[in-house]
Amino acid sequence: MKHTLSVLVENKPGVLARVAGLFARRGFNINSLAVGITEDPDISRMTITVDAEEHPIEQVTKQLHKLINVIKITDLDPDRTVARELALVKVKSDAKTRAEVMQLAEIFRASILDVSKKTLTIEITGTYEKIDALEQLLQPHGVVEIVRTGRIAIERGEK
Amino acid sequence: MKGSEAIIESLKAAGVEVVFGLPGGMVIPLYDALYDSDLKHFLVRHEQGAAHMADGYARATGKVGVCVATSGPGATNLVTGIANAYMDSTPMVAITGQARSDLIGTDAFQEADITGITEPIVKHSYLIKNPKDIPRIFKEAFYIASTGRPGPVLIDIPSDIQLADIDYKPAGKINLPGYKPTLKGHKKQILSAAKAIAAAEKPVIYAGGGIITAGAEKELMAIAKLMKIPVTTTLMGLGCFPENNDLSLGMLGMHGTGYANYAVTHSDLLIGVGARFDDRVTGKLATFAKHARKIHIDMDPAEISKNVAIDIPIVGDARDVLAGILAELKTMKREPRKTAAWLDQVIAWKKKHPLHFKDEKGSIMPQYVIEEINRITRSDAIICTDVGQHQMWSALFYTHVKPRHFVSSGGLGTMGFGFPAAIGAKVGCPDKTVIDVAGDGSFQMNIQELATAVCYDIPVVVCILNNGFLGMVRQWQELFWNKRYSATVIECQPDFAAVADAYGALGIEITDKKDVGDAIRTAIKAKRPAVLDFHVKQEENVFPMVPAGKSIDEMIGGHKS
Ligand SMILES: Cc1ncc(C[n+]2csc(CCOP(=O)(O)OP(=O)(O)O)c2C)c(N)n1
Ligand SMILES: [Mg+2]
Repeated sequence: MKHTLSVLVENKPGVLARVAGLFARRGFNINSLAVGITEDPDISRMTITVDAEEHPIEQVTKQLHKLINVIKITDLDPDRTVARELALVKVKSDAKTRAEVMQLAEIFRASILDVSKKTLTIEITGTYEKIDALEQLLQPHGVVEIVRTGRIAIERGEK
Repeated sequence: MKGSEAIIESLKAAGVEVVFGLPGGMVIPLYDALYDSDLKHFLVRHEQGAAHMADGYARATGKVGVCVATSGPGATNLVTGIANAYMDSTPMVAITGQARSDLIGTDAFQEADITGITEPIVKHSYLIKNPKDIPRIFKEAFYIASTGRPGPVLIDIPSDIQLADIDYKPAGKINLPGYKPTLKGHKKQILSAAKAIAAAEKPVIYAGGGIITAGAEKELMAIAKLMKIPVTTTLMGLGCFPENNDLSLGMLGMHGTGYANYAVTHSDLLIGVGARFDDRVTGKLATFAKHARKIHIDMDPAEISKNVAIDIPIVGDARDVLAGILAELKTMKREPRKTAAWLDQVIAWKKKHPLHFKDEKGSIMPQYVIEEINRITRSDAIICTDVGQHQMWSALFYTHVKPRHFVSSGGLGTMGFGFPAAIGAKVGCPDKTVIDVAGDGSFQMNIQELATAVCYDIPVVVCILNNGFLGMVRQWQELFWNKRYSATVIECQPDFAAVADAYGALGIEITDKKDVGDAIRTAIKAKRPAVLDFHVKQEENVFPMVPAGKSIDEMIGGHKS
């Protein structure tokens, strides 16, 4: 099962290495990782997506809790969470196909960031699935490069 | 005030009295400050020795052990000692020098990323970047090392930070938003545990080092006595429940007693306290205490249900939780004879499968040496060990009756631990007889600390069970590898008594059984560092033994023939 962990950490040097190292040591693969400061500049949030097929996720969250700089961990419930990723896609496109690609982008509410004679660069925001879907539709044109952020997520509702 | 002086002030504020270490370029400022201070510094001959001394000191006294090394190779020499302290949850603060701040990251002379290297084996670590942080970081480090589940904390200090001028202010209140160990057990869980204990017919308490850390020996005894529950301990737990008590089962696990392993296997309730269901204890997980409901009391939530599924988990300080359970039990209706049949069964196992060894004419049996040490010290010495067969014989054939009197490397199994740990223990407990039971292989891994012991006149007694082999590995080769003794014969053994003599210690070689007792008495009376080289039977095995991957009731060599 895929989990999205939202981890509040003290904004101190070495914290990222400690967290990432712990996942590796305990046999978990990190699928994506996004780090940024929060409303409190002394505190950062890490959003980590991880597969927990082989080991129960509790073992790694309990171990994470033992890191002195980790303040709080939430295993986000997908039904109560809004999650987004951002991707930049450079796709082959010349004068002949430009309109078609731009139309695809429009359907996905993606925007065009850069145009060259032979390529278009598209920015898309959305769920993992939405980005995958656009990527697949762009594949036949030839995807030159794709750059994705990790997932960031926030709980729905007031708190 | 200089940063280095602030370090000394911070150490004093933490109550530190002794420090083990060895200087180098990047800690000269610190050592310069140490020179004028009243902290007692022990100059070691290898930094690994310093780490193990700090560890042994901590285990014997319950205080935080402190070691110091320079940057680069000094720091990396500490690594084994830090890992050892981490695996056995010893409170320790390791201080390392580091290259000047502006040179970090440039592969400067003797630069090693020691916070990175030790990241998986410390409870926490710091690289000090601002000299103003010295008091706060030291205060936090000692607090983290000694509270909750204890462990080693490393503080890496660039040389310029030690030289900087600061306006020293004692550290304020500790503020660690991510560190709040749970001390008090959950009331409802405590009640559930008490009910389960009152209802059990075949209960066993499985007690580990956490009892000693928490100082919960009295509460443990009170529950065992009140409810008539037999108690087995882990290697780390030896001494937390006196083995001369009828309810004691001794140690369990791979080299546990037959009766402890049978009792656990057939129990209907297993009460684990301050122990971590380590694979050397459980053997094959699927069959471990398979008929038992399981209670697990531990400081560290991550240990609960890590290896074995637990029915009643309680996170908290062992002393607090056991006291809570005891109070509940006292208010409950109890049937005093509920475990009577079970205790009879345990006695029958003890009779049928006692610990034993065959005395052989013309040989000194290693177990006999341990029994003699036990007799002569009246079970009252601090016994330190290295790792191997001699360690297991010390665990099994010495009568452990007091906490903090058995100092051994459990989790990491570090050969070379015993001797420096014994030095540390003696420094911490100068009035105790301190014995290091060593292997002829292990002793040579930190033999250089003889100089430290002699130099500071630290009278520990090293008893080498010299079997001419890396014995424990040889035992596995004998039993499971067709007796192919690949690289386990220790050839070109030195004359240990002569080596001891050369260092200025007392050295005695013992080849005859009748001299064993006298040698031990002479060494203890000598009141100076001593090395006893017992030439014991070479190919003796530690039994009983649970082969790797087997259930703990599938022991070999457990029956008395
Ligand atoms: C540093 C280290 N290296 C290797 C080992 C593997 N090992 C475990 S026991 C043992 C034999 C120890 O020999 P000795 O000290 O003579 O003790 P004996 O078993 O003979 O009593 C070895 C090599 C270890 N535990 N630690
Ligand atoms: Mg040996």
